[in-house]
Amino acid sequence: MGSIKSYMEAAFWALVFLAFALLPLSKASDYQLMLAGHILVWGLFAVSFNMLWGGTGMLSFGQALYYGLGAYSVGIVFKYWGDGWFLPAMALGILCSIVLAILIGLLIIRVGGVFFTVMTLAFGQLAWQITFRWYGFTGGDDGIQGIIPPGILGNRIAYYYFTLVLVALSIFLLRRLAVSPMGLTLRCVRQNPDRVRFLGQSVKRSQLTIYVISSAFAALAGGLMAGVDNSIHPNMLYWTTSGEVILMSVLGGIGQFFGPFIGAAALIIIEDIVGARTEFWPLIVGIIMMVMVLLFPRGLVGEARKLVSRFRTRVPERG
Amino acid sequence: MEPILVLDKVDKSFGGLRVTAGVSFSVEAGSISAIIGPNGAGKTTLFNQITGYLVPDRGRIVFQGQEITGLSTQDIVRRGMGRAFQITSIFPEESVLDNVRLACLSRLGQSNNPIRGIVNFKEATAKAYTILESIGLAEHSDRLALELSHGDQKLLDIGIALGLEPKLLLLDEPTSGMSPEERQLTRDLIARLWREFNLTLIFIEHDMDTVFGIAQTVRVLQQGRLLAEGTPDEIRNNPEVITAYLGEDLE
Repeated sequence: MGSIKSYMEAAFWALVFLAFALLPLSKASDYQLMLAGHILVWGLFAVSFNMLWGGTGMLSFGQALYYGLGAYSVGIVFKYWGDGWFLPAMALGILCSIVLAILIGLLIIRVGGVFFTVMTLAFGQLAWQITFRWYGFTGGDDGIQGIIPPGILGNRIAYYYFTLVLVALSIFLLRRLAVSPMGLTLRCVRQNPDRVRFLGQSVKRSQLTIYVISSAFAALAGGLMAGVDNSIHPNMLYWTTSGEVILMSVLGGIGQFFGPFIGAAALIIIEDIVGARTEFWPLIVGIIMMVMVLLFPRGLVGEARKLVSRFRTRVPERG
Repeated sequence: MEPILVLDKVDKSFGGLRVTAGVSFSVEAGSISAIIGPNGAGKTTLFNQITGYLVPDRGRIVFQGQEITGLSTQDIVRRGMGRAFQITSIFPEESVLDNVRLACLSRLGQSNNPIRGIVNFKEATAKAYTILESIGLAEHSDRLALELSHGDQKLLDIGIALGLEPKLLLLDEPTSGMSPEERQLTRDLIARLWREFNLTLIFIEHDMDTVFGIAQTVRVLQQGRLLAEGTPDEIRNNPEVITAYLGEDLE
């Protein structure tokens, strides 16, 4: 393993963490703090999603289901039982997601490729419909407002740090997983599933495991978001939310573990800047995505890495 | 010696085409043998059935005294069977070391471990290096598998199979697509690996120098049937084999 490279990477991410940690001490406005919270939560969501797609080769178009489940667990428990249950509700959301991901996973992982993608989309849209229509229980298209976390977490800055710590911890755990033997197995499942079978390993078991892990962290992201925005909305379960993490992953680089985090930051900042100037911002974002895919398919992180390694290597690249 | 592998009237058809037609033979433990035959004779299909990738329509396959017919590839591999492929089957975006290391981790029952522990990883790494030394790829260990030459990728494919510490190793055309020099080296390498790792080895091969150079037993398949079985000398002088397959290039 290139130890210098991995030290450099660790140092870079320590700096990023420090920057996020110092943000509330600077003269950041409430709005900027909320944007930073969005970057953290979406970053976690996108990284966990990309372990599935870029890592294992399973394109789920329905991770919004678990993100929404995490958010609505917090929102509904808050609505009926009050703010004291905020943290247990978050854990409940993760637990529900794990159970649901096992059930759905067992059902749809047997079908491969594009059929898997379509099935995830179908289940996602089903969950969205239920949430949207079941007005009495979920609040329908009004969503649930005024979700204020209990105690000290009701403070914006305290909740920001709470988010930062949980996101950093989660990404650290996912990173450990990515470099573990299981992480290697998952990458190999994407590259050559038949050969993995000939190593005596079950491809389906690997796929189910990462599907459940990815969904659990999506639920954590959803639960965190309920506190960042103080409200939830059925759009969190809509297919465009699933699409958002795909865009983030492409923008940052699907072949890179941290790519989706950078992609999330870039997309949120672009949407914020462009959205403030024109109502046609989706057009601009679309053009940016098109340019990225056509000219820089490795994504921001992938292309940056390529640049760095080009400066480093004295021997010209082969082929 | 007890046979490690027994095929008993194995039969397989694809639609109307009988690709394996009542094939029976047994393979002695610790032996090295070759399967030859013209293209389409059903050699690879036979390997696919032995390794559980395809299930025979009829017949039995017994490995180490236990019937394995109908078992999944995973189960059969775990019982000690390894395979390298005709069309090279590696993990292109991983390092050469990781390609073999994953097989070693799998053998140690660690390939689904979500934590990269010091102990389990070290053991797998040490084993992987031993194998890479044996197949002559140690100096390339940090390169990505896709950067290797075709011949080296074929060796890596064998290296992955060796990482499983198989009792029985099946090689499907190990020298195909190689230059004559590479072929010579690979032939010597296979013979050396067979001894070094105490393997029972069966290989499919078109290169007759390799077949008659290192195999103790040669089996000839033709149109799904086992046409002949014997020592290299017996096969070389078998009139049926000569007319059906070898033709005049043997003389």
